[in-house]
Amino acid sequence: MDSIQSQVADYLPIAIFLVIAAALSVGFILASAVFAPSNPDPEKLSAYECGFNAFDDARMKFDVRFYLVAILFIIFDLEVAFLFPWIFEVAAGNQAAFWSMMAFLGVLTVGFVYEWRRGALEWE
Amino acid sequence: MQLIAFYILSTVVLLSAFLVIAARNPVHSVLWLISAFFASSGLLVLIGAEFLAMLLVVVYVGAVAVLFLFVVMMLDVDFVELKQGFLNYLPAGALIALALLAEIGVVAAATAAREASGFDPSPGADTNAEALSRVLYTDNLMLFQLAGLILLVAMMGAIVLTLRKRPGVRRQNISEQTNRRREDAVQLKDVRPGQGI
Repeated sequence: MDSIQSQVADYLPIAIFLVIAAALSVGFILASAVFAPSNPDPEKLSAYECGFNAFDDARMKFDVRFYLVAILFIIFDLEVAFLFPWIFEVAAGNQAAFWSMMAFLGVLTVGFVYEWRRGALEWE
Repeated sequence: MQLIAFYILSTVVLLSAFLVIAARNPVHSVLWLISAFFASSGLLVLIGAEFLAMLLVVVYVGAVAVLFLFVVMMLDVDFVELKQGFLNYLPAGALIALALLAEIGVVAAATAAREASGFDPSPGADTNAEALSRVLYTDNLMLFQLAGLILLVAMMGAIVLTLRKRPGVRRQNISEQTNRRREDAVQLKDVRPGQGI
């Protein structure tokens, strides 16, 4: 394993991104807490539906279509994850690895065409 | 330095994992789970498995945790009802917990045995991803192709199970709209005063 110094140096860009992301999100939360007008009132904060008291719980079943979108996303996410280590083998000049990835992508393209034709990507 | 980072990260993992089961609100549980995933990916970076760390963030934090949130939101959980079945599920739950504990014990024993020989996250290569590439796309080509087929089956299964066409949905047809001429839509009528059409 490398020494800790070089490891820290390698991850410096990621650390910078993390710091910027954290600073931005904390900054926005603080800004809205400081600058937004805040005038709380029990009536304002109570739950209501069209002027009535809440009929039932805020948790409710929602459209299963969201789930379909998420699962299709996860599948293509995994497909992309396979592409990253593949680069090394292709760079080393392995023809079999190259064509096996083409077959892998071909199989998933069949699925992609299927979901396109079935209209799974359309929202209605 | 490395040891300090390890202890901080593992503390975060354990604390988050405990809060996953201790949080009353299941949505909070999922958020704690995300925190546990993040800290474990930090642990993977510490042992030099950068690619696995990246995968953990991309796949688990980016996608699986979102799916968990969906499941939690879809379940329409009634907390009182959940608590009632506790004693019924206790034996099965205890059995699973025991099995997991035994597995952790086996892993700990194996790790302790291997400690002396030293751990190499990327055998025969510079990086973790490269080491993975050397075996995944050469010796285990078949498994790689099978993974593709499994992904295809998952995709088709999800579509077959959850795709529902709602009848009578009105949709915008832009080419129809733009191709509409004035003659199709407007009629001029000469209407006399005091009479209808």
